[in-house]
Amino acid sequence: MTEATIYGLAGLAVFGLGLMGVLGAADRLRRLVALNLCAGGAAMVLVASSWRPPPAAPDPVPHALVITGIVVMVSATAVALALIRRLYSLETDTDA
Amino acid sequence: MTVLLAFDLLLAASIVGLAAATLLMRDAFAMIVAFIVFGMLMALGWARLVAPDVALAEVAIGAGLSGALLLRTLAHLRGGSLSAQGGASVSAPANGATQGVNALLAGLATCALGLAYLGAPQNVPGLEAHVADAMPESGVTHPVTAVLLNFRAYDTLMEVVVLLAAVIVVWQVERGLAETPAPALGTVYQGFARVALPVAVIAGGYLLWIGAEAPGGAFQAGAVLGAVAVLGLLSRHVRPAPAHRPLARGAFVVGTAVFALVALGVAGAGRVAFEYPPAQAKTLILLIEAMVTISIAATLAALFHGRAPVAVSREETDR
Repeated sequence: MTEATIYGLAGLAVFGLGLMGVLGAADRLRRLVALNLCAGGAAMVLVASSWRPPPAAPDPVPHALVITGIVVMVSATAVALALIRRLYSLETDTDA
Repeated sequence: MTVLLAFDLLLAASIVGLAAATLLMRDAFAMIVAFIVFGMLMALGWARLVAPDVALAEVAIGAGLSGALLLRTLAHLRGGSLSAQGGASVSAPANGATQGVNALLAGLATCALGLAYLGAPQNVPGLEAHVADAMPESGVTHPVTAVLLNFRAYDTLMEVVVLLAAVIVVWQVERGLAETPAPALGTVYQGFARVALPVAVIAGGYLLWIGAEAPGGAFQAGAVLGAVAVLGLLSRHVRPAPAHRPLARGAFVVGTAVFALVALGVAGAGRVAFEYPPAQAKTLILLIEAMVTISIAATLAALFHGRAPVAVSREETDR
């Protein structure tokens, strides 16, 4: 059992949990965190699949893709959070 | 060897456990803290997979800044405090049958992916040989930086554009939204901020410079400098004012603009866009990275702050 197998399967499990959260969570904030879990799990599978047994260096291309993915995910998170704040203020306005 | 194997298994189990905990925590604050710890442990796992660049980016951006953004929004939803007795209670869970079907389908999809992953050929050569062949022309000696800023520079340009789009959307969405007092740090943390800020600025600059030959680079440096700005906002050393808007806009755009200009500027004389002349490649890459770092830092700080700076009343400034 290599590092790639262990972390690859862990990444898949995280992705699955995130998927479940995205589909099932009632709270908006939790759904967004679950989406982040999905992204993390997918990134972990990519990083695990670029791993090579020790003397060889890992494949740098998936690493660059994952770094790009992390930055894109934080942008998406920020936009989603702005929408959540906006929705919340709209809802509290109508309640008042 | 067995110790490392045990460590890997334990770490992988903790990562999955924390992901589950994130979904199960009742309190939203606890959920976000679990998510941040999850990010940290995942980065540790990536360090074990010999991906230090990705681990650095995940710790700084995925765990650190995402966590800060989530906590900032939670404070907003709870009227300025992070404790549970505000508004924004966790809504009732969806009905049981739907949840069951969701769990079943997500489980099936995950199992299918797991089978595909285990069935895929392992340790087959990917693109690393091509990258190694092209390294002498890239102008840098660190493969990940070469891929990000040279071989796949177009992707990276688009990524900077995504950040720019995000800050534009956030400023538009938040327009006219009622201002909630931004959380401020207590006295102890003020002292911590005074010590940590200069160290973090140096760390950010170092990460940017070292990116050419070792793990590091524009994104990690930008995230660290963005964190400096976030700490500055929290400790009230930085107070955004309407007068800062032109400066902020310039900082958001400078990375994309310089990147695009350099990419197009090197075209001609038998070269296509993004094909830097090898002799000047390192200078051009460092120039792009420095400008992108400024943009990333400014953008992440602005995303944390939320709305565009507006004029605040006198008493609010004094607080």
